[in-house]
Amino acid sequence: MQYMLLCYADEKGWGELGEEGQAAIMDDYAAWGQAIVKSGHYRASAKLGPTSASTSLREQNGKRITTDGPFAETREQLGGFHLIECKDLDEALAIAGRIPTLRVGGTVEVRPVERSSET
Amino acid sequence: MKLGELHRREYGRILASLIRAVGDFDLAEDALEDAFEAALVQWPERGPPPNPVAWLIATARNKAIDQLRRRVMAEGKRDEIAALAAPQEDTPVPLDSLRLLFTCCHPALAPEAQVALTLRTIGGLATEEIARAFLVPTPTLAQRIVRAKAKIKAAGIPYEVPQDDVLAERIDSVMAVVYLIFNEGYAASFGAELVRADLCAEAVRLGRMLVELLPAEREPKGLLALMLLHDARRATRTDDEGGIVLLEDQDRSRWEQAKIAEGSALVRQALRGGAPGEYAVQAAIAALHAEAPSAGETDWPQIAALYGVLAGLHPSPVVELNRAVAIAMAEGPESGLALLNTLELPGYHLLPAARADLLRRLGRREEAAAAYRDALALVTNEAERRFLERRLAEVSIG
Repeated sequence: MQYMLLCYADEKGWGELGEEGQAAIMDDYAAWGQAIVKSGHYRASAKLGPTSASTSLREQNGKRITTDGPFAETREQLGGFHLIECKDLDEALAIAGRIPTLRVGGTVEVRPVERSSET
Repeated sequence: MKLGELHRREYGRILASLIRAVGDFDLAEDALEDAFEAALVQWPERGPPPNPVAWLIATARNKAIDQLRRRVMAEGKRDEIAALAAPQEDTPVPLDSLRLLFTCCHPALAPEAQVALTLRTIGGLATEEIARAFLVPTPTLAQRIVRAKAKIKAAGIPYEVPQDDVLAERIDSVMAVVYLIFNEGYAASFGAELVRADLCAEAVRLGRMLVELLPAEREPKGLLALMLLHDARRATRTDDEGGIVLLEDQDRSRWEQAKIAEGSALVRQALRGGAPGEYAVQAAIAALHAEAPSAGETDWPQIAALYGVLAGLHPSPVVELNRAVAIAMAEGPESGLALLNTLELPGYHLLPAARADLLRRLGRREEAAAAYRDALALVTNEAERRFLERRLAEVSIG
């Protein structure tokens, strides 16, 4: 099965970590990434830009509406995602549990990918 | 054995085997229901088979194969049929029950869904029975179970005993569900009935299963001991009108000695070797109560000390409340009251109730009455309300 790991964290808190703190987390992130590539679980990953660079689209009465900002204003913002291949949820939870985002107070949502759309 | 009794006793074990064989909750459940229906018709005609459980498993598996054959055209499930049709053991494997229990109590499911699913699949209780026990409408509970099963499938929750690195955490999750079921039965949080015996019995049965299946683990023994020792006093906790009878006023000759003996023996096993867990310490406290000839002859200093140990494992104002009550019994109401006055438990009726009781013992009637009124403003259980009203009347009149 494939699982999407959606990493949410407080952008402000991330900024407050300072350069050194951020570098330490990113090193851990790189190590985590290499480990899942090596173990064969890795399918795709991306770190997203800040929500201040986000643009949202909607359609209202057939008209397209473009607005500045993310889909929803929340305390934690989607900061990145990883697509992994796992035997079951327990395996996915074990891998997700090692994501450094958790150490800075973030949340990782583990969401199954519908089987028919697996790559 | 009657078919109904067989259903009650073996449903969960048979279902666990079937789910592993067919890999699908719904298919296994349907097939097992069909098998019990077939038994209902065939056994009275031809006499029961020599091994009823094996007959039910074999029949259910054939029903599942029939079901899959019907689906084959549309979905191509040939492999699954081949696997099912291969010769297999027709006896329930204990490990299957354990796997199913871990699936039902997976933390990825909402706690209320864990409870409902465990009672439905492992306990074999009907959806209506579970709904009645938890005072929710049957359709709500049925939907809870349907959603949980859908999540198991969609999220890929495994049907397995967890790996060693998460086993302890997952056993905790299972024990929490079992204890929740017991507590809901033992001190129903809503409604008029204080005790719902069927839920207690089911929780004890699940606890026994955990002890049997995880013989190396100590905390399941502590949990089972705790439930047995509470359950031994069940009949004496309420009077004929359903009113509450306090521990000190309970008829100790009516406590069930077999359960106390079994519970006490389990406590000793649970405490042996290494630091004790939360359930083991609570069970040790329950054992001291159960073995005491009277409230006055109870080893209150030891109980107060055990609550101190418990507070170290799991700091909580509720534990402190209980420690204060034990200290009051060991050293006198003033000492207990001093500790109670340092606690804050907003919305929890037992704190003002405990204060009220100690004030009453000290003869400080007006303060006691005020505390009883505070407790009455917060209580939700009908039997507890009546008890507090009675005490309030006593301190107000006398």
